[in-house]
Amino acid sequence: MAKDDKTAPQTLPRYSNTFTPEVNAEIRRAAATGIYDIRGGGAKRKVPHFDDLVFLGASMSRYPLEGYREKCETSVTLGTRFAKKPIELKIPITIAGMSFGALSAQAKEALGRGATMAGTSTTTGDGGMTPEERGQSERLVYQYLPSRYGMNPVDLRKADAIEVVVGQGAKPGGGGMLLGQKISDRVAEMRTLPKGIDQRSACRHPDWTGPDDLEIKILELREITGWEKPIYVKVGAARPFFDTTLAVKAGADVVVIDGMQGGTAATQDVFIEHVGIPTLACIREAVAALQELNMHREVQLIVSGGIRSGADVAKALALGADAVSIGTAAMVAIGDNDPKWEDEYQALGSTAGAYDDWHEGKDPAGISTQDPELAKRLDPVEAGRRLNNYLKVMTLEAQTLARACGKNHVNNLEPEDLQALTVEAAAMAKVPLAGTTWIPGQGGM
Amino acid sequence: MQTFDLEANGLRALNEKLQAQAQNTNETAWSVVNPRGSHAIAVGLDAPIEVTVNGSTGYYCAGMNQQATVHVKGNVGPGAAENMMSGKVVVEGDASQYAGATGHGGLLVIKGNASSRCGISMKGIDIVVGGNVGHMSAFMAQAGHMVVCGDAGDALGDSIYEAKLFVRGAVKSLGADCVEKEMRTEHIAKLTELLAAAEIDADPNDFKRYGSARQLYNFNIDNAY
Repeated sequence: MAKDDKTAPQTLPRYSNTFTPEVNAEIRRAAATGIYDIRGGGAKRKVPHFDDLVFLGASMSRYPLEGYREKCETSVTLGTRFAKKPIELKIPITIAGMSFGALSAQAKEALGRGATMAGTSTTTGDGGMTPEERGQSERLVYQYLPSRYGMNPVDLRKADAIEVVVGQGAKPGGGGMLLGQKISDRVAEMRTLPKGIDQRSACRHPDWTGPDDLEIKILELREITGWEKPIYVKVGAARPFFDTTLAVKAGADVVVIDGMQGGTAATQDVFIEHVGIPTLACIREAVAALQELNMHREVQLIVSGGIRSGADVAKALALGADAVSIGTAAMVAIGDNDPKWEDEYQALGSTAGAYDDWHEGKDPAGISTQDPELAKRLDPVEAGRRLNNYLKVMTLEAQTLARACGKNHVNNLEPEDLQALTVEAAAMAKVPLAGTTWIPGQGGM
Repeated sequence: MQTFDLEANGLRALNEKLQAQAQNTNETAWSVVNPRGSHAIAVGLDAPIEVTVNGSTGYYCAGMNQQATVHVKGNVGPGAAENMMSGKVVVEGDASQYAGATGHGGLLVIKGNASSRCGISMKGIDIVVGGNVGHMSAFMAQAGHMVVCGDAGDALGDSIYEAKLFVRGAVKSLGADCVEKEMRTEHIAKLTELLAAAEIDADPNDFKRYGSARQLYNFNIDNAY
C-alpha cells in the first residue's frame, strides 16, 4: 500500500495525557519568554473536594426536620475566646480578604454591600482599608499582612476584627506581586510606592519570626485596640494540625485555614497548582488540633478554598468548621468571567469561565482591574444584590441539607452525617467510604 | 509628672491610661517605672504627650505611635516603634531586631546600636542610629530616611524602593539594587535637620548616601537569582 494512499485505514491523532495541548502551550510560552506564568485565580487541577462526600439523610435511625417549616439556625459568633466584642454573623459564610488594588473600588464596594445585606462580614486585603469599603461593610475584618501596605492604627481601630495573615491557600510560603499596570495613583498612594512599578508583597512578616513572636505581636495588637476585637490567624493549608496548634498557642480567637483551591490576585502558576493541600484534607486535621487542646468551638475555625455551594458549606461545617469563607465564588457572583463579556475575553486570548490574568488589570468585567473605564462597568449596587442573592442561596442549601440530617442548626452537622465516594476523600475527610465503615488508616470494614 | 508603676499596676492599665489622653490633655508628662523588659509598653498612643520609660523594654515598645514622644532610658527589644505614624521615639541604649519596621512617619532615634533589619519595609519614618545597624537593614524600604552614624552590616538596603540611607561608617555590603548615590545639597540639608532633631553631634559631610538603582522596579527575568 502506498504511503500517500489517503483511503487507507489510519489511526486518529492522539494527544498525550502527559504532554497535553495545555502543557505544550506552556512549554512554548516559557521557551519564548523565559518567565514563568503568573496568573490569578486558584488551582485548576482536579483534587479531592467536597463533591466526593455525600450526606446521609435521616431515615429510620435519624429523624429529619421539615423543610421550610422547622427552624434551622445559621447564626455564628466568632471571637469568643478573648475579644470583648465578638463578631455576630447571621450566616456562617464570610467574604475572604481581597485587596483594593487587586480589585477595583467598585468590586470592593459590591462585596461590602452584599455581605452586609446577608448579615455577614467582608475582609480587606493587601493595600489597606478604603472609606468606601468601611462605609458599606457593617462587619469588616482588617487584614494585618506581611506587606503592611496602608497599615495604620486608625483603621485598625475602625475594624470589627483583625486577621493576621500568615499565608493563603494559593501560595503557602509565598508573597505576592501586583504588577505595575494595576498601580493607579490611588493604589500607589495607599501603598507608599511610586505609580506604575511592580509591588512585591513579602512572604513573611517583617517584625516577627515565629509563633513565640506572634504571641507577642497579638498582645500588641490587642493592647492597641483595647482587647475588643477578635484576632484571626490565617494560614495556607500545609501543616494544618501544627499550624492550628501554634495559632491557638499564640492566642488566636479564630483560626482561618485556606486550602489549595483558594484564590490569589497574582502569583506563579506553579505555586498555585503545586503548593499546599486540598481544602478537604485540612479540616479534620485542624479540628483534631483544636479538640486536642480542648478548644474546639472555643477558638472558632473558618475554612476557605474553593467553597462554591451550600453543599460545600454544609460539608465543611459537618467536618468541624464553624464558618467558611469565599473569595473566587464571590467574584463570580458579582460578575467575573460572565459570558456577556465573551468577545472581550477572547480578545485577551481567553474565554469566559477561564480568564485568570487578573494581574494584567484588563478584566472586562471591571472587577480585577484599576482601569477606570473598565471598573465603571460594575454597578456596585446591582453586584451587591447579586452577592446577597448568592449568599442566601448557599445558606438555604446548607439549611436544607442540615434539616435532612435532623439538625436544627447548621453547626450541629457532624462527620457522622457524611460518607465518602472515593477512598482518597474518605482518607482526607476521615469519614467512611460509602457503604462501609472503613476509614482509610483508621480500621473498620 | 504622672508616675506609673508598671509592675504594680500592669500593662493593660498603663496603655489604657496613656491611650485615653486627649489632644488637649494637661497630663502631658508621664513616667513609667519598673518596665522590666515588658512587651508592648506605650503602644497605640495618639496624643501629644511625653512618656519616659525608666528601664529596658521587651518587644514592640511604642508600636504604632502617633503624636507622642516616648523616651526609653534603657534598651529596647524587637520591633520598637514598629509602624509608627508620627511623633518621636528616643532610645538611649541599643535596639534589637526590626526597629522602626514598616513605620509610616515620625522620628525614631536610637542612641546606641540597632540590630538586624532596622527599618525593614519602612514607609516614611525617619530613623537615626547613633551606632551601628545589623544586616538586612532597610530591606525593601519604601520611603523615609535612615541615618547610621556607625557602620552598616551586610545587605544594606536590599531591594530598596524610594527610602534614602545615610551612613557615616563602613557598609559591609549593599543589598540587591542598592547603590551609593551622589550627596547633593538637599541631602546635606535633610541630614543636618535629622541629626539636629536626634540631638546627635555629627558632621553631615562625613556621610555617604545610598538608595535604589531602580533596576528591580519592574519584573525582569534577568534580575532573578
